[in-house]
Amino acid sequence: MSVDVDPKVLEILVCPITKGPLEYDRAAQELISPQAKLAYPIRDGIPVMLPDEAREIEG
Amino acid sequence: MVEEAPVVPTPPSSSEITIFDRKAIKASRERAAKNFAGKHDFLFKWTTDRLLERLEDVRREFPLALQIGSRGTIPPGQKPEKIGQMITLDNTDTPATPCQHYIQAEEEFLPFAPQTFDLILSTLNLHSINDLPGTLLQIRKALKPDGLFLAAMFGGETLHELRAAMMQTEMESLGGLSPRIFPFADKPQTGALLQRAGFALPVVDSEIVTVTYSDIFALMHDLRAMGENNTIQARDKTPPGKTFFMDTAVRYHNEHQEPDQRIPASFEIIFMIGWAPHASQQKPLPPGSAKHSLAEALSTKEIKTGEPAKP
Repeated sequence: MSVDVDPKVLEILVCPITKGPLEYDRAAQELISPQAKLAYPIRDGIPVMLPDEAREIEG
Repeated sequence: MVEEAPVVPTPPSSSEITIFDRKAIKASRERAAKNFAGKHDFLFKWTTDRLLERLEDVRREFPLALQIGSRGTIPPGQKPEKIGQMITLDNTDTPATPCQHYIQAEEEFLPFAPQTFDLILSTLNLHSINDLPGTLLQIRKALKPDGLFLAAMFGGETLHELRAAMMQTEMESLGGLSPRIFPFADKPQTGALLQRAGFALPVVDSEIVTVTYSDIFALMHDLRAMGENNTIQARDKTPPGKTFFMDTAVRYHNEHQEPDQRIPASFEIIFMIGWAPHASQQKPLPPGSAKHSLAEALSTKEIKTGEPAKP
């Protein structure tokens, strides 16, 4: 079950490490930081902005 | 023969010193969150009420607000009208108290764009941060110009009775000391930190809240249930044994016991207020810009510099 994140919340979030912008992947429920090469998960509508829990992405 | 140069370790910079074990803090708060609301939240509730009182005095609207820490949140029914949308942040998987918009993140790494919030609140959450100056700077930057930061954290007088009793017992029985209670910031330090982080018009004050317990075991149980057990990085990870706690309990009772046999525990709550700088805020005039002389204001005669003063 996935709950959509409030768009207002998505608007204000940035990558906690680089403070750079995030891309929202709605299908994967992930917030992608291209600069940090990390994908932060969204669990039950809660953005998990912890670098330890983020998935490393190739880029 | 060439002698190899000795390896000199470089001293860590302030941002590299780790006092608190943030992983252990997360685990403590996760455990506490399950049984926190309604049972062990009284200090957090009391403090949030004080913050709300202070907020009442501010005649402003705050369309977007952030609460750092989910243990001392404003209950949905008590949210003042002047606050619009409220976002809550903590490092636990689920917030300790129910809240509408929750973001899981570390206070030391705020995931917000600059100039986002009109108000940032925090109840008893900033005392266990490794880089408090850095976090305050991030908070200031996340505020819109003229945005308000209103927070409370535990101060240096917190648990001074327990700290002293444990230290004396440890010195006597183990012949040494290990950190068992957090090194809290004190009031003057907090004011300096706010200034260093670039907050305008900073104000810091504190109150001592005394809570009584039947014994130190009830006190320590309560601390644990608040998510505030010892999470100092350099803590002694082997339990000091039952005798240590029994000796500490006896010492604490001997020194502080009240007529009803209970023991008091002090919690110092430091309140801090600061504003993100804005051109409209009051500031001192540049030197030499005065339009009236001081002598005029005091209805006295001006004596020029260099003239000898007459008796």
